[in-house]
Amino acid sequence: MGIGTYILVSLVKIAIALAILLTAVAYTTLLERKVVGHIQNRWGPSRVGPFGIWQPLADGLKFIFKEDITPPFANKPLYMLAPIIALTTALTSIAVIPIGPWIRVGSINTPLQIADVNIGLLIILGVTSVGVYGVALAGWSSNSKYSMLGGLRASAQMVSYEIALGLSLIGVLIYTGSFSLRDIVDSQAGTWLGFIPKWNLFRGQFVAFFIYIMAAYAETNRIPFDLPEAETELVAGYHTEYSSMKFAMFFMAEYANMVTVACLASILFLGGWSGPVFGPPIVQSLLPVFWFALRVFAFMFIYIWVRGTLPRFRYDQLMAFGWKFLLPLAIANIVVTSLVVALK
Amino acid sequence: MVHMTPTPVLDPSDDKTMVLNMGPQHPSTHGVLRLLLEIDGETIVRIMPDIGYLHTGIEKTCEAKFYQQVVPLTDRIDYLCPMTNNLAYCLAVEKLLGLEIPPKAQWIRVMLNELTRINSHLVWLGTHAMDIGAMTVFLYCFREREDVLRLFEAVSGQRMMTSYFRIGGLALEPPLGFFDRVKNFNDRFPPNIDEYESLLTSNPIWTGRTKGIACLSGEDAIALCATGPTLRASGVDVDLRRDKPYSGYEKFQFNVPVSHDGDVFARYVVRVQELRESQKIVKQALEGIPEGSVKADAPHVVLPDREKMKTQMEALIYHFKIVTEGFTVPEGEVYMPIESPRGEMGYYVVSDGTAKPYRVHMRSPSFANLQALRKMCEGRLIADVVAAIGSIDIVLGDCDR
Repeated sequence: MGIGTYILVSLVKIAIALAILLTAVAYTTLLERKVVGHIQNRWGPSRVGPFGIWQPLADGLKFIFKEDITPPFANKPLYMLAPIIALTTALTSIAVIPIGPWIRVGSINTPLQIADVNIGLLIILGVTSVGVYGVALAGWSSNSKYSMLGGLRASAQMVSYEIALGLSLIGVLIYTGSFSLRDIVDSQAGTWLGFIPKWNLFRGQFVAFFIYIMAAYAETNRIPFDLPEAETELVAGYHTEYSSMKFAMFFMAEYANMVTVACLASILFLGGWSGPVFGPPIVQSLLPVFWFALRVFAFMFIYIWVRGTLPRFRYDQLMAFGWKFLLPLAIANIVVTSLVVALK
Repeated sequence: MVHMTPTPVLDPSDDKTMVLNMGPQHPSTHGVLRLLLEIDGETIVRIMPDIGYLHTGIEKTCEAKFYQQVVPLTDRIDYLCPMTNNLAYCLAVEKLLGLEIPPKAQWIRVMLNELTRINSHLVWLGTHAMDIGAMTVFLYCFREREDVLRLFEAVSGQRMMTSYFRIGGLALEPPLGFFDRVKNFNDRFPPNIDEYESLLTSNPIWTGRTKGIACLSGEDAIALCATGPTLRASGVDVDLRRDKPYSGYEKFQFNVPVSHDGDVFARYVVRVQELRESQKIVKQALEGIPEGSVKADAPHVVLPDREKMKTQMEALIYHFKIVTEGFTVPEGEVYMPIESPRGEMGYYVVSDGTAKPYRVHMRSPSFANLQALRKMCEGRLIADVVAAIGSIDIVLGDCDR
């Protein structure tokens, strides 16, 4: 494939991936409102279109038309920059996430992934770490006490849980021996006894999966770890002073992060897109994408379910949980996994 | 001149601390409570509550109204338990008048008061749980509260500002089928309490957020004039319904839940137990409603029935006199405390022998209980302040009057 075709194919893939991601983000908000609504004995959005399916569009329009207020004593450049950092980093990580095997369109054979890099996992970890800057800067530059407390909480929480999150992935890496997300998925192909899939989750990494879920909830500031934006304590945390599209950008970043985290969970622990494949060629190439989307959906659903069930931790309890429980557990998991692999 | 500075100012005592203004517009200060917090990181160094943002001057307004016109004002004091306020005021004036209330009116008053307690505790449980992040409990509680409000609407025509009790009895007979509706609600309520508890009581996050938090010892609680569940959760067994029965409470069997831990969790447990006890009292009240009238036989005080007013000359005259001139109350003063969902709700009424009260003062439980906040919160974290406010169960209308 020539360089021109390569760039063209990449641009098309970027456009499609962005469109899918942003739609997923928009409709995750609707899903969340509907599911939480039904958990809580109410309907959720039901006015804009049948079952409220145009609600995300209405919300988006509303955000665009809202007045964009900048507090008078805010540090304006950083105040503007913070939501941009938050959203761009959240969207960037999707670039290395594979959503299916190779696909053939005409004479072009290309992976269902924007960039198949051999350090994909490291890129995602790195980019999400940069995302902390968005939150921390938002909290600091707003020049509001609630924002500052929220920003401090968020930075401390995300940095702490980043460690547990990173360590929980090492077990998987020991098994696979590669940072490439595609290699990790390929290594989980096949089954035992014909029906137990060889997912990392079933290969002894369930402790890691548990740690990953906990840390992921904390990374994305979701209940029970939503302290940075605990509305009953800090009003809205780091985005208290933000309005209009700037607020929407934080909002989108949060949901894009949720999608990324769910994709990573599917790839690392749940076998990526593995699943029965049948039918004509076009169905055969798209069915894996469906299996992948199903896992992501299930993960998002659990996110929302947890939100409808649990109360919130307190700040010191959250830190204690991360450092005194998750971190030792993650290290123990690495040791045990290494021993198992070494003794094999 | 403290009263000359309407908005108190708290200056940080040194360079390391910061003053955070929490409220009056804050999601978890339960209305318009304003707190000035001096914080070191997230730790509270000093806390200064500022009240008065919902001051309506009801006490003064009462002095310009006839005795019977004060009843609707009392609804608006503690708007989560309007019937309790109605009852405390009516009992106070009835004591001055020396009126005998028919047993049926007393039973219905007790029944509606316990429904009011359920209503108030449901709002408390929902908002308290939401403050700690459990949003679903809030909507579950409001689902049942809606049923209670429908009962109030059926009996009084209003969901919140009921004004159903009158000096000398009730405004009206309850409508047909009302007791069946109450029974229906009351029978299916206990499983709902289990549902709330299943989401909270044994949830490790919930217990982590509430156990050992914002402790108040029994001595401190008494010294700070705390009453109601806030006092009983600190191990002091006082309940006016049992200790100084009013409106026929001595005829009912019920337990007074007491806990000795004095923390947020203890106050939670005590109130949830009270929900169950209230349900039992309503059940007993439904089983033995006496026959008879719901109004005292005192034509100079109690408005005649509409039917009589249209047909009897004397009733029409009384009606005209009461509506235009009110009724006079013998000179004297009275203090009538009753057990509201929040604690001791006392009405102090002074009469100078005219048709308008000389003075009406409410001893409101929220105001007294709020004093305990400082004791509970200093040295703790911001998140604990939110838990503590929720656990005291303040209503700012009650606090500011």
